[in-house]
Amino acid sequence: MTLPFEFSETIQRSDILRDEQRKELLVHMLKAREFDAAMGRMYRQGRALGGVYSQLGNEATAVGSAYALEANDPLFPMHRDIGAHFVRGCDIDTLMRNHLARVGSQMRGTDGTGHYGDHSKKIYGNVSHLGAMIPVAAGYVLADKMRGTKSVAMNYIGDGGAQVGDFHEAMNLASVQKLPLVLIIENNQYAYSTPTDEQFACDKLSDRAIGYGIEGVTIDGTDVELVFDTCRQAVERARAGHGPTIIEALSMRMRGHAEHDDASYVPKDMLEYWQQRDPVDRYAAWLIDNGILTADEIDGIRKVIKEEMNECIDTVVELPMPDPEEGGKGVFVAS
Amino acid sequence: MAEQTYIQAISDALEIEMKRDDSVYILGEDVAEFGGAFKVTRGLHEKYPGRVINTPISETAILGAAIGSALNGMRPVAEMQFMDFVTNGFNQLANVASTTSYRWGMGVPMVVRGPSGGGTSGGPFHSRNSEAWFAHTPGLKVVCPAFPDDAKGLLATAIRDNNPVMYFEHKALYRSIKGEVPEGEHTVPFGEVRVVREGTDLSIITYGSMVHKSLKAAEKLAENNISVEVVDIRTLVPFDEEGVLRSVRKTNRALVVHEATSHAGFGAEIVARITDKAFDALDAPVKRVAALDAPTPFAKTMEEFVLPQVEDVVQAAEAVVGY
Repeated sequence: MTLPFEFSETIQRSDILRDEQRKELLVHMLKAREFDAAMGRMYRQGRALGGVYSQLGNEATAVGSAYALEANDPLFPMHRDIGAHFVRGCDIDTLMRNHLARVGSQMRGTDGTGHYGDHSKKIYGNVSHLGAMIPVAAGYVLADKMRGTKSVAMNYIGDGGAQVGDFHEAMNLASVQKLPLVLIIENNQYAYSTPTDEQFACDKLSDRAIGYGIEGVTIDGTDVELVFDTCRQAVERARAGHGPTIIEALSMRMRGHAEHDDASYVPKDMLEYWQQRDPVDRYAAWLIDNGILTADEIDGIRKVIKEEMNECIDTVVELPMPDPEEGGKGVFVAS
Repeated sequence: MAEQTYIQAISDALEIEMKRDDSVYILGEDVAEFGGAFKVTRGLHEKYPGRVINTPISETAILGAAIGSALNGMRPVAEMQFMDFVTNGFNQLANVASTTSYRWGMGVPMVVRGPSGGGTSGGPFHSRNSEAWFAHTPGLKVVCPAFPDDAKGLLATAIRDNNPVMYFEHKALYRSIKGEVPEGEHTVPFGEVRVVREGTDLSIITYGSMVHKSLKAAEKLAENNISVEVVDIRTLVPFDEEGVLRSVRKTNRALVVHEATSHAGFGAEIVARITDKAFDALDAPVKRVAALDAPTPFAKTMEEFVLPQVEDVVQAAEAVVGY
């Protein structure tokens, strides 16, 4: 196993974050993890609907990046960015209804899998055709730029999705137009079963930035403070009119592509290595070491989240699915 | 009213809608100073600075950016330099634009417009009529104007619509067709057929360039005392089924005509609706005239053979009437 990057052993302390915010970051990461665990259990019990795509290992990247945005900045998350949804103030009940296609789902049961859109929170989820939302994110902020509004779009793509042609067209257009777009490449080492060395031949995906004439950086995606700081800089640059940035955040997809996939193609030592860098565990340990939270406090937070999660599941699974006739409605909005 | 060419009417609609609504803007290849490959957007860059945006050769980026800006309050009009190139960005339309209302309840008020169709020795990559692909995709509206007044009015309606609209201009009509066009703001509602010639023996149901060939065929058929009604459906989605049936119930015979290829073309949908809903009214099987199922060839001789011509319409009409 070779690693493409030199990692720091310790969390790279942010100079911007206050301790209250650090607690928030941990809460969001824990929510993402517990939501994930709950969905995994539901899948194994045959109570989930469709595929269940774990975000395990992605907590620091999703949470740290979304936390770097202002509330009015549009967010274009992927299916493993449930942590970013929590940062945006999405509640467990709504997300669970969405995932299980129950009444009150934000998408009326028309779609699931983290593809949620919510104008009020400026969240625009992905479609399954990876990379398709990068030009959409670029267009979103093009509109703001034309109106003189200084919003910044954050969009996510995987190491696999970064190979889609949309990536190039969108990043090139965004670079030419100097659009305020921050693209997070969540390099979690595998695109379904395909390792990175069968997907691209460059050392770092952020090196592509050179080809677009923009900034690019590769970072440890398991360090939430480093992710936050890096994204914050990119967001500020974008807002100041300096154009897009590519941030490649390295992490490990700790589960299969989805829960049906045992990921037996992943070498064990690779998982063991990344297990040592578990984004939640290492941040929790760092918060304890730095006297920001005690182990008991963290256990307490985790317990509350777990209880809320279980209570929510028990309520939501009992809800009916939407009226079948909804399936024929809403193809067009009113003209 | 003023006499305008088909292309002038399109440019006019763009200018009026840009003046009327600040959120309307244009993006595409060579559309700004250059005015576009066919000069549809000429002069708009100067009149509306910052609202006519040149893009790289990137149809996916053009269409995706149009969608994103539409989600954020703009009304983009994306130009495909040739409608053939829309295939490069197909996913954005087939999977993103078309599902956004259904999945998110959010409108995507955007227009994709550009020159389509054959008859200009454009060859396989500059001649395609691809409207059926989009008509087969729920969530997209599809417009194929045949006359200058409709070109203007339907484009204005498309721009004001809160849904994605595919607007197919026929490049062979750009400068060959002239007509009276209402001055100033002019809209034409979607989903209403236009009976462009009244008749009693046969209904020709058609759209786009074939409206004109059908009218010529009708002239010839009139010489043989065959009275043809020509119905221009104007919009494929929404489709004015009742308007088509009304004409067929009157003439009791129908011929469906389009320039796009025959197999699984939009004509098949029209025929199905007629046989389903007006079977009792029919005195003859419904026939179709369409392009041969082949790419559009480059050589003029071959192109004329592959694409439907006036004489093909005449012969098919005679067969339906003589059944």
